[in-house]
Amino acid sequence: MLWSRLELVARSLTPMAITLLLAVISVLPMQIPSFGAVSPVLSLMAVYYWSIFRPDLMPSVAVFGAGLFQDILSGTPLGAFALVFLLVRVTVVSRRRFFIGNSFVVMWWEFMLVAVGSQALVWGVTSLLSMTLISPSGVAFQVFLTLSLFPCFVWLFFRAQQAFLRQS
Amino acid sequence: MFKSRANSVLRLTAPFKVLVQRFTFLALVGTALGLMVVGRAEVRFVEQARIAAVDAVAPILDALSRPAATISQTVDRVQGLIALDRENTLLKQQNNRLKRWRNVALQLETENRELQKLLNFVPSSALSFISARVISDSGGAFVRSMLINSGSRDGIREGQIAVTGDGLVGRVGGVGQRSSRILLITDINSRIPVVTETSQFRAILAGDNSDRPQLAHLSSVARVLVGERIVTSGRGGAFPPGLPVGQVISVAEGDIRIQPFVDMSRMEYVRAVEFGLDGFLPMARGSGGEEVKP
Repeated sequence: MLWSRLELVARSLTPMAITLLLAVISVLPMQIPSFGAVSPVLSLMAVYYWSIFRPDLMPSVAVFGAGLFQDILSGTPLGAFALVFLLVRVTVVSRRRFFIGNSFVVMWWEFMLVAVGSQALVWGVTSLLSMTLISPSGVAFQVFLTLSLFPCFVWLFFRAQQAFLRQS
Repeated sequence: MFKSRANSVLRLTAPFKVLVQRFTFLALVGTALGLMVVGRAEVRFVEQARIAAVDAVAPILDALSRPAATISQTVDRVQGLIALDRENTLLKQQNNRLKRWRNVALQLETENRELQKLLNFVPSSALSFISARVISDSGGAFVRSMLINSGSRDGIREGQIAVTGDGLVGRVGGVGQRSSRILLITDINSRIPVVTETSQFRAILAGDNSDRPQLAHLSSVARVLVGERIVTSGRGGAFPPGLPVGQVISVAEGDIRIQPFVDMSRMEYVRAVEFGLDGFLPMARGSGGEEVKP
């Protein structure tokens, strides 16, 4: 009884665990020239995906925590990604029905809007806080890379959902 | 009977739940905004919490960054095998050139020693350095910093200078127990007093998160040519003079760009050097002093 409860809890932590893991992976030194500056925002994909399919397992508090974790790791101003992830969640959850009934391409398209919006917001916040205009070209490339990798990660998320969260 | 009561409880709690959810969301948004403001003011408690959090994750980053480095080393080795013959010729040429330079250096060393004797020169205190592995990249276009796997327990101190064999990398920012953050010279907050090596014009090397920082506050009479070497000037006391920084790569109207000698994206190890300089971060030290008083 206790064991199955524990298992249930462990399973329900899957979305959060994946999000945190992706935040760690995105800051690993890949030793690829100039990659650090344009490395994709992997945790944003996770927040987006799980907000659509399992918002119950990705509550606001969890999303806030994931954002803060991302800020701490990447060195962005504390609260910048926390704010962005919260806004992404609230936007996505309010349009959930629309996503679930629609095709992957629609989901991808909407993710583009979300990614552009959120990176623009972080860009604005960081520029404002450092009182300097950060070159937007790096940010644009980062968004582009995030978008191109989106399908692979959605596939991974989907497999994880099938493996760990099927019955619930 | 029981069912209807459960229903009525549900009817009562449902709006309440929505209210709580809304309140939580707004509170979290408020907290995020508050953190940004507090973070900007560099409140000591927040900085310490941040460093402690990084410290906790550091072992994971350390472990995970090793395979990434191994893969890149393997790729390098295969590439090296392919280009072996050509590289060999190049290295022989370089070796000859370096032998010549070694002779020059030995000659200069002797001359230097003799001159110092003449001047009764007291050499600056011996430098100590700590080598550390890079365990995280900047991870985005917004900040240029990296984490290393050494901290205060290894002797890393805020304000130490990070270098590699090629030149200046940056400065140690936050220091935890077993990890530290290095602010790169390309970061938007990095300002380094530099000087052009041959023409001796002073300037400030200003990072802007691009790979090539800008040479700013250069005197209007200064003429800087592409290819000229830039070294630290030692002004302000934060950096020792003469550290190689980079090379002028483009000179446009009011926009001179420097290519750093160090390839920041392919760094695996850095050295944090203690130069015994005191000109660091007066703000951080000030707040540290206040903390001791009460």
